[in-house]
Amino acid sequence: MNYRLLYFASLCDAAGRAEEQVTSDARDARALYAELAARHGFTFTPDRLRVAVNGAFTDWNHRLADNDEVVFLPPVSGG
Amino acid sequence: MFAISEAPIDVVRLQHGLDADGAGAVVCFEGRVRNYNEGRAVNGLSYQAYVELAEVEGRRIVEEAHSRFEVERISCVHRVGDLALGDVAVWAGVSAGHRAAAFEACRYVIDEVKARVPIWKREHYVEGVSEWLHPDSAPK
Repeated sequence: MNYRLLYFASLCDAAGRAEEQVTSDARDARALYAELAARHGFTFTPDRLRVAVNGAFTDWNHRLADNDEVVFLPPVSGG
Repeated sequence: MFAISEAPIDVVRLQHGLDADGAGAVVCFEGRVRNYNEGRAVNGLSYQAYVELAEVEGRRIVEEAHSRFEVERISCVHRVGDLALGDVAVWAGVSAGHRAAAFEACRYVIDEVKARVPIWKREHYVEGVSEWLHPDSAPK
């Protein structure tokens, strides 16, 4: 499956890019994050992140579809 | 109304957007860039947003405030990009028939925006380094 990842804040710094196309066997958000955390050295555990797929918040067990846009959101600090 | 803005926030224009004949009270909150945080001297901030989702979540918060409080108009705008000391980072304004609802709704909007909307702050410290803030719990 092909996924489009967007990265923000410290995840963007760790990945060294704001977005990327990924080909992966991962079928849900949790498995995809584990794979990307290992590749990019992300230190956040999933309980500190939120997940969004195609522009909407969802949960870690969300079943991914080909060409989904997936974002792992670190703790926010607006204001 | 909720928006993410790359341009400086035009407070006067936003205040006019709260005009309503039934509005006997207007409460506005400005969050500004401060020169310190947790004991470190700060000389600027950069904000980044996941704009698509931030605007959806921000509009949801405004809708929630409309349903919870007796208010006329609600507007909230959050800056992104590089900000200097004193710049307005976030602005929330509410007009209502009476002041209690205006205060409560304004407080609700700014608290929820800070807790939920996907926006991140990078602090630039006077000593030369900068760091993204990822608080463990809801911001103070």
